[in-house]
Amino acid sequence: MTLDTGPILRALLRNKLGAALIALQIAFTMTVIVNAIFIINERNRLMDRPSGMEDENLFYVAMVGFGDDYNEEVILNDDLALLRGTSGIVNASVISSIPVSGGGSSTGARLTPDETTPSTGTAIYRSDEQVLDTLNLELIAGEGFTATDMRLRHEQGPTIANKAIITRALAEDLFATEDVNSVLGQTMYLPGNATVQVVGVVEALQAPWPTSDLVERSTIVPENFLDTFTYIMVRTEPGQLDRMMGEVEELLVANYPDRVIRAVRSMTETRAEVYRVDSALTTILWVVVATLIVINCMGIVGLAVFSINRRRKQIGTRRALGATRFAILRYFLLENFMISAVGVTIGAVLTLTLSIVLTLNFNMPAMAWYYTPVGAAALLLVGQIAALGPSTRATRVTPATATRTV
Amino acid sequence: MLFYYLRLSALSYRRNPVLSTLMVLAVGIGISAYMIVYTLNYTMGGDPIPHKSDQLFHVQLDSGNPNTDTDAPDQLTYLDAMALLRADRGYRETASSKFSSIVEPQNPELRPFTFIGRGVYADFFSMFDVPFQYGRGWDESADADLQQVVVLSRVLNERLFGGANSVGENVSIAGDSWRVIGVLQEWNPVPKFYDVNNGPFDNGEELYIPWPHLVARELPRSGNTNCWKSIGGTGIEAFLNSECVWLQYWVELPDRDSQIEYLQFLDNYVAEQKTFGRFERPMNNALYDVNEWLVKEEVVPDETRILSMLAIMLLAVCLLNTIGLLLAKFLGKSAELGVRQALGAHKGSLFVQHVIEAGFIGLLGGLLGLLLASYGLEGVKLLLGNQLMITDWIQLNVPVVITTMVLAVVATIIAGLYPIWRACTINPALHLKAQ
Repeated sequence: MTLDTGPILRALLRNKLGAALIALQIAFTMTVIVNAIFIINERNRLMDRPSGMEDENLFYVAMVGFGDDYNEEVILNDDLALLRGTSGIVNASVISSIPVSGGGSSTGARLTPDETTPSTGTAIYRSDEQVLDTLNLELIAGEGFTATDMRLRHEQGPTIANKAIITRALAEDLFATEDVNSVLGQTMYLPGNATVQVVGVVEALQAPWPTSDLVERSTIVPENFLDTFTYIMVRTEPGQLDRMMGEVEELLVANYPDRVIRAVRSMTETRAEVYRVDSALTTILWVVVATLIVINCMGIVGLAVFSINRRRKQIGTRRALGATRFAILRYFLLENFMISAVGVTIGAVLTLTLSIVLTLNFNMPAMAWYYTPVGAAALLLVGQIAALGPSTRATRVTPATATRTV
Repeated sequence: MLFYYLRLSALSYRRNPVLSTLMVLAVGIGISAYMIVYTLNYTMGGDPIPHKSDQLFHVQLDSGNPNTDTDAPDQLTYLDAMALLRADRGYRETASSKFSSIVEPQNPELRPFTFIGRGVYADFFSMFDVPFQYGRGWDESADADLQQVVVLSRVLNERLFGGANSVGENVSIAGDSWRVIGVLQEWNPVPKFYDVNNGPFDNGEELYIPWPHLVARELPRSGNTNCWKSIGGTGIEAFLNSECVWLQYWVELPDRDSQIEYLQFLDNYVAEQKTFGRFERPMNNALYDVNEWLVKEEVVPDETRILSMLAIMLLAVCLLNTIGLLLAKFLGKSAELGVRQALGAHKGSLFVQHVIEAGFIGLLGGLLGLLLASYGLEGVKLLLGNQLMITDWIQLNVPVVITTMVLAVVATIIAGLYPIWRACTINPALHLKAQ
């Protein structure tokens, strides 16, 4: 059995434009699809990074007190005691900002007090001695805070706490070590002559800004800044989240009425909100990918039907001379394969070019090597499937066609 | 003649309905993808204040960290903003920043609520042509004397006073009583050019007060604050004297001379500050007009720019597709063309006929594209969610519609040129023989 590559090639060269159009179409389609799928995977990877917390059972309350007799220190302690004593709630902690929410504060940490040296950026959370349990963070070295570590601050300025729990990523970047136990007891210098001693290391706790390069670097200090704006993070028993979110506002307002509850929001919602543009982008890109595959198939089918119709007489002649139906099918599928092969070769070059352009302009990592060959293989397969219909129709041309008309 | 050709186009469509519909679909899909992306870019990257965007300048002073920074900070320190204001070069100018506090409505049925406000100077309203529904902004004496006056947004006025003319009424803000001096019309410039550091596509603030109150009352800041140097002490004084940047500063400079003059003034100011040990980085002050500033701050999101590139390639695929299909269609009627030529049709008129036929397909594709794009934009709105203000202004507008319809027709005709040429240059005898 010989393949018909020679005759197919010569036939294609007689109709260069039709074949070239299909090849170019495949090339552009491949370029867009492969890069789109890479972007989708990249965004999904970003959205799937764990926050380090037990997101599904966490929600937060944002509130602000008003009135001259608003004694935040007393009220906050009352609130926390109330929440912690409520059935359905595992624990509650005050926290200065919400991880992965988009808003918070960061600082630069150093190993020396000299503020002219480069620092390592870290998100900074002020929270209380229950924070590890409330967020359900995984402690991998050292210990948590105790009630005596807590500091209260009334004015803005540098932290007055003297202990800190940091994330593994910060420990590795700041102290340049893989051994998290070795950083325990070490001193971190923060701006404004603040010094804190590392007492614990947690596996992960994301910063408030998911797109920042310091997203995995966080520091928690046992401190409370009383400025009437308060966030309380609440962890509920599994399955109790919705009920508690519904009841918490009433509970807190009953405890002290002169305040505004700005928001009660679950961590799941918070994440969805912060990643909304990313998830919108992935959906749009899936639509683009699907549309392109359909258009591409339309083009292949349209041109295959056309070129087969033009060659009905030749097909009939070949059949009359003894070619089997299978030989006809093989001819047209092979023809499609050859056109597609040229298309994906051009496509591979274009794909890599676009990928480089995207990497250079948009702060995106380089595409893994296997995307291009896998994309090429997929498009060759799609081409074969699209060509199958028209090619099967070609096999139904009867040998008698050869004898009809001149 | 045009109508005759249009009728021929319609007839030709009916003769090859599948092929023709495929073409219309291809053009429609390509055009709609392009239209959606074009709309996103048009609105996000558009000029928010076209009649004077080249006269409004964002001031940038390089007070950054001499050891690590590579560019000047986006905002100004309190020290510098106040110094520029005090210098009073005779232009309209304003420092501004965001804050957050509580409103206690007089209506006892409404619970107190928090709001996002903006502290601005008197010139803010006239510089940015802020439209008023009732009343007006304040004058400079209100800034100087810390008068307790407030300008409400349309939405907040709706919430507090049911949309009535509330000028002269009192509102309780941050535990004190303030007199309403003006109410804005709906005002949401897109992008929010006067403060792109705090969500360039966020809603406008709910109320405006004279900026000096922010310091005098220590109202909670709610915008971005960046400090490269540690604050030398605790409390508000230490913060105000720090190198923290948190203010946006705009100045209106009507002509080239005033721009040169103002930049010279900035350089002189920084040179003087250098003698006090501040501004340790090389002299690097800049004035950006509105559009330059939006580009500098990369306001148009990466996502939109990536989609633009992909949409253009998608349109290319659709047009390649259309060329192929047109080729198939036109060559498929070689026999008909042979007859027409034999009966004396001119090559030129055949050409015109096919241009019109391609244009006809393009027009149908454009109309389909318009329909698909309007659904597509609804989809984008849905994906971006109701919380984002972005969704209010994503809609097709007349220039976009006209541009894309023209694009559809022209692109299809250009795509059809080769097939048309092939169709017009067939040898009639060959096809007549085959009949």
